[in-house]
Amino acid sequence: MTSAALKPEKSPKAPAVPDEEPLYAARRAIYPQSVHGRLRTTKWVLLILTLGIYYLLPFVRWDRGPNAPDQAVLIDFPTRRFYFFFIEIWPQEFYYVAGLLILAALILFLMNAVAGRVWCGYLCPQTVWTDLFLTVERWIEGDRREHMKSDAGPWTLEKVTKKVLKHSVWLLIAWWTGGAWVLYFADAPTLVKELVTFQGSTVAYASIAVLTFTTYTLAGHMREQVCTYMCPWPRIQAALTDEYALNVTYRYDRGEPRGSVKKAALAREAGRKAGDCVDCNQCVNVCPTGVDIREGMQLACIQCGLCIDACNNIMDKINRPRGLIAYESEANLEARIAGKPPVRRIVRARTVLYAALIAFIGLGMLYTLVGRSDEGIAAIHDRNPVFVRLSDGSLRNAYTIRLINKKLEDRRFQLSVDGLPGAQLSVVGVESGTDGEVISIGPDQTREVRVLVTHQGKLASGASIPVTFRIRDMVTGATASTADHFIGP
Amino acid sequence: MSTSHESHHAPVDGAGGPSTTGHEWDGIQELNNPLPRWWLWTFYATIIWAFGYWVAYPAWPLVSNYTSGVLGWNSRSAVVEQISDLQKLRAASSAKLANVPLEDIEKNPELLSLARAEGKVAFADNCAPCHGAGGGGAKGFPNLNDDDWLWGGTLAQIQQTITHGIRSGDDEGHQGNMLAFGSILSKADISNVADYVRSLSGAAPGDTPAAKKGAEIFAANCATCHGENGKGNQELGSKNLTDGIWLYGGDKATIVQTITNGRGGVMPAWGPRLSPTTIKALTVYVHTLGGGQ
Ligand code: SF4
Ligand code: SF4
Repeated sequence: MTSAALKPEKSPKAPAVPDEEPLYAARRAIYPQSVHGRLRTTKWVLLILTLGIYYLLPFVRWDRGPNAPDQAVLIDFPTRRFYFFFIEIWPQEFYYVAGLLILAALILFLMNAVAGRVWCGYLCPQTVWTDLFLTVERWIEGDRREHMKSDAGPWTLEKVTKKVLKHSVWLLIAWWTGGAWVLYFADAPTLVKELVTFQGSTVAYASIAVLTFTTYTLAGHMREQVCTYMCPWPRIQAALTDEYALNVTYRYDRGEPRGSVKKAALAREAGRKAGDCVDCNQCVNVCPTGVDIREGMQLACIQCGLCIDACNNIMDKINRPRGLIAYESEANLEARIAGKPPVRRIVRARTVLYAALIAFIGLGMLYTLVGRSDEGIAAIHDRNPVFVRLSDGSLRNAYTIRLINKKLEDRRFQLSVDGLPGAQLSVVGVESGTDGEVISIGPDQTREVRVLVTHQGKLASGASIPVTFRIRDMVTGATASTADHFIGP
Repeated sequence: MSTSHESHHAPVDGAGGPSTTGHEWDGIQELNNPLPRWWLWTFYATIIWAFGYWVAYPAWPLVSNYTSGVLGWNSRSAVVEQISDLQKLRAASSAKLANVPLEDIEKNPELLSLARAEGKVAFADNCAPCHGAGGGGAKGFPNLNDDDWLWGGTLAQIQQTITHGIRSGDDEGHQGNMLAFGSILSKADISNVADYVRSLSGAAPGDTPAAKKGAEIFAANCATCHGENGKGNQELGSKNLTDGIWLYGGDKATIVQTITNGRGGVMPAWGPRLSPTTIKALTVYVHTLGGGQ
């Protein structure tokens, strides 16, 4: 708990504890000031990139031939297919989606171990949309000062116009956010046409309505409240982090004691210690969650780094080195205070473990994806009865066999059974021709057939003979097989 | 209790920080931060919602009833509605099955799988209690997967049997019982016939004196129904005794019991209970279990 002991005193401006503490607190209005800098630019780039992908991706086309939709990313519920560029996922391959979710969680853990809540600050949809909504707000109602003044002042026509305009633009963005969402579930151009001519399905309109409402509420009105009170990640994150993770940190060893530039200069002349923080409050003013980072690490800080940009700009002005607020690990901070060499430890047990797990799962998924075939077979043995004795004394087992054709064309498969010499195979409802039992399947389809295997002659009592069902594409010769048993009395 | 101003307060977290609840675990203190006010309003909203819910939906139990709610919703009517929705949804595929002659369904893979799917469900609902989940049968209830049919295994015969049943009281249903020979034949004769009958399927030697005697009794008493060589007769529902497949069992004691007391299993007529289309689907399902002729 050394760092707690070294923590700076609370800002003297914080209100003293009142006699009766309220149980519930009204939301404090936050007017984040705009800021320029390296991290802000990074955030702009990521904002444009992520929102651009989200809003435009459904319109990207991908030619899959005549029997499949030509939308690059499509979640097709009616036919139960998920299309992602060249990948087509069937329901039974849903483990890919599960794998992706696990990967996402591990990547989040890794990000957290390396640089704290970078996800929160830069990539989280709540952050990105809030950022967009704030930009609109600033553009219409002005930056911090102007906006605060207008809000505190009387209601004028101009103020009303601006508010109405702001909420209209917000609603428009929110509406398009919901609109883009449903485009992932149907052919985008068609759906847009249907939607504007009021022929879309109720589900589509309802989804858009719900997402419009949530986007407008969460990004327009709730903002930092979502991060502070609703999101579980800050809590989980706090349990996953350690002293080597880089977090947005006020280097209080360098900043304290605070004071004006003049006072600091005088103090330095007199050989006294002077901090670099000039108490300009810029870091607080730009903070979208209203945090004073100088009070130490706290739950409400989403680590967006905007305070870093703000403070760097101040440091430039007063000719002090940048980085009074910076991505810094607790270990390094303490090392510096203790006069020890700096600690930079990205490679450590947890990061290595996360990276290894990510590589393992990622490669595993890639391996199965590359090695996956366009045809499949699965068999279920009849349970009641397990076997049948026929009039002529022969034994018969029945199976339900499901064939899968993932190719986008009609295919014909020859079905055979190995492991039981002399066994007769027949498929119910399929005429057996010269090629044996041939089953045709339409493009991108499965077909279930009932298969009877008859064995003439004696079997040892209680026999359970391993057999293999094999399908072979009549054209390409591709095969798939599945193991089962032939059971006797 | 102290009255000093200071002692009213719980310990605080640093100067100007929020008070703590006084709880501490491993050096971590619980702060007494106020909840956001909207949280409170959300809580109130849920309470108001609950009142609205009680009024709108079935909610409170009464002595012999319950408050039914002004919307008139209940789970029973919801199920009825869902079933009718489902039937509407299935109407197209049902119509396809209804309009195609029974013999043609199996020729069309799409109709075949449709009929099998529908038949499988109808079978599980209506037939499985006697014939088993997969039609495997049980003692006294025929196995529908084999190729041995008492009343015939063609599509038309199966449809007839399902629609009208066996000894079901339906005028068009299959009739005919196996007589009880206990009062007609002596015990010794019955034993001899049993030996002969078992020899027909190779379950017992046919050249014993008992079997030979049995053969004569069989010719006089049983051949009328089961045929001279015991091959049975589907018109009468008499069993083929030569194929080694037994409805009640092929051991001697069971056969003696069968001859002595006779047999006459009953299958209900499903015509009055199931729709013609469902019976069609059932017929195809049973026919494609593997024994269809
Ligand atoms: S922006 Fe920098 S100098 Fe200004 S108050 Fe914050 S930490 Fe101090
Ligand atoms: S304290 Fe700094 S990093 Fe944290 S949310 Fe505020 S501006 Fe972003």
